[in-house]
Amino acid sequence: MLRDITLGQYYQTDSVIHRLDPRVKLGGTILFILSLFFFQNIFGYLIAALFLAVVIRLSKVPFRYIVRGMKAILLLLMITVVFNLFLTPGRPLLEFFGGRVRITYEGLKLAAFMAIRLSFLIIGSSIMTLTTTPNHLTDGMERMMRPLKLIKVPVHEIAMMMSIALRFIPILLEETDKIMKAQTARGADFENGNLIRRAKAMVPLLVPLFISAIRRANDLAMAMEARCYRGGEGRTKMKPLIYQTRDRLAYLSLAVYLVCSIGLGRL
Amino acid sequence: MSMVLEHVNYVYEADTPLAQKALNDICLEIPDGQFIGIIGHTGSGKSTLVQHLNGLIKAESGHIYFDGEDIDGPGFDRRGLRSKVGLVFQYPEHQLFEIDVFSDVCFGPKNLGLPKEEVETRAREALAQVGIGEELYSMSPFEISGGQKRRAAIAGVLAMKPRVLILDEPTAGLDPRGRDEILNQIRELQRKTGMTVLLVSHSMEDVAEYVDRIIVMNRGSVMLDGTPREVFRHDKELEEVGLAVPQVTYIMHRLREKGLEVDADATTVREAVQEIKKALKEQEG
Ligand SMILES: Nc1ncnc2c1ncn2[C@@H]1O[C@H](COP(=O)(O)OP(=O)(O)OP(=O)(O)O)[C@@H](O)[C@H]1O
Ligand SMILES: [Mg+2]
Repeated sequence: MLRDITLGQYYQTDSVIHRLDPRVKLGGTILFILSLFFFQNIFGYLIAALFLAVVIRLSKVPFRYIVRGMKAILLLLMITVVFNLFLTPGRPLLEFFGGRVRITYEGLKLAAFMAIRLSFLIIGSSIMTLTTTPNHLTDGMERMMRPLKLIKVPVHEIAMMMSIALRFIPILLEETDKIMKAQTARGADFENGNLIRRAKAMVPLLVPLFISAIRRANDLAMAMEARCYRGGEGRTKMKPLIYQTRDRLAYLSLAVYLVCSIGLGRL
Repeated sequence: MSMVLEHVNYVYEADTPLAQKALNDICLEIPDGQFIGIIGHTGSGKSTLVQHLNGLIKAESGHIYFDGEDIDGPGFDRRGLRSKVGLVFQYPEHQLFEIDVFSDVCFGPKNLGLPKEEVETRAREALAQVGIGEELYSMSPFEISGGQKRRAAIAGVLAMKPRVLILDEPTAGLDPRGRDEILNQIRELQRKTGMTVLLVSHSMEDVAEYVDRIIVMNRGSVMLDGTPREVFRHDKELEEVGLAVPQVTYIMHRLREKGLEVDADATTVREAVQEIKKALKEQEG
């Protein structure tokens, strides 16, 4: 049940996209998301869709798998659409309750574009997390944020915390699944009842989960200490990030995409 | 009155590159009142199998019948099933959550909607069955020792008075004495109440002494199924899949090879001692 959440999960396979430098993927994702808010006409969306389709194809991640991860955000998507649909002023298209509630032509357009934009945004970032291991991702982030060290931002520590947090997500999901099953076997009911009963039903799940999370954190801290971890000072990398030809090509394609989509999208 | 599994299959993470065939065409019959050991190497599908039996996992294909009714059929009372088939998970102490041991054991029967007195009587009974004294009732479940936690967790399932009790590696991580104590208590309970017990383990030695029947799992399939004696005759095959038969079985086989006329089917130390004595006497006489 919980395993259906694919957002933020890695999809193991071997593809060009998987092998790209994490900095390219991070930067690319950020630029792609920004580009979504720059163009205003249908051409921009078409080019973005094409770009996404090519990247998905290259990444060898089944489209089905990406979409499954979007189920979790469906509610958010629907709320956005409804708000845009009903609250945008403009030329009325449909009126209800004697004109007090109306759908406008502008609202319809905005809602549709917003839905597409959000979906693209989510698909784009899913592709990054699906093709990059959490370790790689934080390596990339650490490297990109390095200039911030000059103003005393603890870049290494932030990256380490992020990689640990990311690493723990699947573990805790699995643990939740297990405890949920164990309590279900003892007659607990997580699905029925009103809000208060359901909130109460969470106690037998959350208490063991927190305890296990704390126990794991403790163990991890101990293991890190036993291996002499003492922060980023003087720490070297076994596999330093070095740009390859494919990374340069990827940057180039990204630039081409940006020019095309924003150029055509603002005509 | 029994459980029947027909061609049960299960795959974890279907539709992903991580797809794992965990159960492969399992057919089993579990009559009432049997004490069964389910044995298999790590990852052979034991836990997956037992979670099917109380409907926590739904079979991909195949059918599971409880008292002749399909548990995945429409209108089947799955919550009722969970009170009849009690499942104690691997490391059950990780599911304790209440403020004291006694309330934690009450959680199961309370969920069955029983009146308060009945809940408490059952909790007391269950705690007594696993050998937890009154002095621990008001302790926090996080303060007691590992073995005591394990017992409290088992009591939590026993208090629901299941007809079928499934224990997934109830002795993992316990010392030999704690292990023997828990297994003996379970045997006592089984004899007294006549409930069906399924004991999951990866050690033959653990279960040989206690069970009427052993089911050996290997890579998601049932490899062997029979009485301990029958199963231990396949010592070579068992070794190939990484399972060892009890030490006494090895000794008896060796003694036979060396010419002592013993019955090599002895599965427990006590049986073996008797066999060897008998054989020696015969040799002398
Ligand atoms: N939640 C899960 N998600 C994905 N795969 C799983 C999951 N649980 C088990 N598996 C896989 O299914 C197979 C059978 O696992 P199962 O837990 O049933 O084995 P087991 O016999 O109980 O092993 P153990 O003795 O280690 O408890 C294994 O290959 C395992 O990797
Ligand atoms: Mg197991």
